[in-house]
Amino acid sequence: MSIGHTLLGLLESGPRHGYDLKRTFDERFGHDRPLAYGQVYSTMARLLKSGLVEVDGIEPGGGPERKRYAITDAGITDVATWLAQPEKPEPYLQTTLYTKVVLALLTGRSAADLLDSQRAEHLRLMRELTRRKRDGDLADQLICDHALFHLEADLRWLELTAARLDQLAAEVTR
Amino acid sequence: MTAATEPLLLATAVRKAYGPTAALDGADLTIRAGEVVAVMGPSGSGKSTLLHCLAGIVRPDSGEIQYRGRELSAMSDGERSALRRSDFGFVFQFGQLVPELTCLENVAMPLRLSGTKRRPAERQAAEWLERLEVADISGKRPGEISGGQGQRVAVARALVGDPRVVFADEPTGALDSFNGERVMRLLTDAANDTGAAVVLVTHEARVAAYSDREIVVRDGKSRDTERVS
Repeated sequence: MSIGHTLLGLLESGPRHGYDLKRTFDERFGHDRPLAYGQVYSTMARLLKSGLVEVDGIEPGGGPERKRYAITDAGITDVATWLAQPEKPEPYLQTTLYTKVVLALLTGRSAADLLDSQRAEHLRLMRELTRRKRDGDLADQLICDHALFHLEADLRWLELTAARLDQLAAEVTR
Repeated sequence: MTAATEPLLLATAVRKAYGPTAALDGADLTIRAGEVVAVMGPSGSGKSTLLHCLAGIVRPDSGEIQYRGRELSAMSDGERSALRRSDFGFVFQFGQLVPELTCLENVAMPLRLSGTKRRPAERQAAEWLERLEVADISGKRPGEISGGQGQRVAVARALVGDPRVVFADEPTGALDSFNGERVMRLLTDAANDTGAAVVLVTHEARVAAYSDREIVVRDGKSRDTERVS
């Protein structure tokens, strides 16, 4: 995720102090990974340098936490461009799982057992996310659903690979 | 072992063939009171046959299935039918509601078949429709409601008789993700509240994620994680 663009986007609704930006970010997007203060201030320093934000005011006392930041017109354009740009789909062409399956077959170990234990591990995490989704608000539901759909895609791959193990074994040991 | 952890259903070395094809080829599993167990596996792996054997709908060729310590195949057809009415509830992929009856009458039907009078049966049915968030369609017939509503009516019908086990065969298979998840949440919440065990046949991992644990069926053989450990 682009922290810079996200902080810029949060500034569009009005100027904020660094600590306020961090708090809002953590509430909306942080979940398990809150932003470090240092990351907020280093990001704001970079955005200042690029002219995407400006200092709107400084409270007495000095220090970076006293600055209030406002987005500039260039910053608004930058957010608009980022939002309009589709994210590049990640194809995961070199997966660890595929490597493990092939190595298991090459070394005479059970690839089926490997796939089974991976399936159990995926399902364990999916259960945890499903529980969190059931107890959570809409934000939790959407974030967990995103993770669940990706895990489900992995599981479908595990099933398909399990169904093709004999074929794969014949190819890799040829 | 306490009563709560004693096996409700215990299947050992269950085999069932249709002609020369073995649908089940040595399935073992344990279902305990109140747990939600997903039976997973690819199409044709034998998971629906396993569910039908567990529910006493299909008689296995060999192996044992015990329900609360009683061997299912030792029961007469009449005894098994009575057991299904008194102790089991069913949800199928396409609801299988009776098209001529209203939703309320569909849900009340298991109670009526067990001898409950119309008024108390419909009162209980109305409570279950309310709980499944479909009270507003109680007077409609299955042809007049959506697939998601139909499955919630089917869940209400499965639970109205206070069963010890609910057998659900791909209960969300005909629904989109949103409605499927809603049905799963309502089904598992209701089963948790009543203490019913759920045997959930599904090939969808996101549906299986509503279970407490999974049993994988492949080529007619089941891998019960509880049995393994």
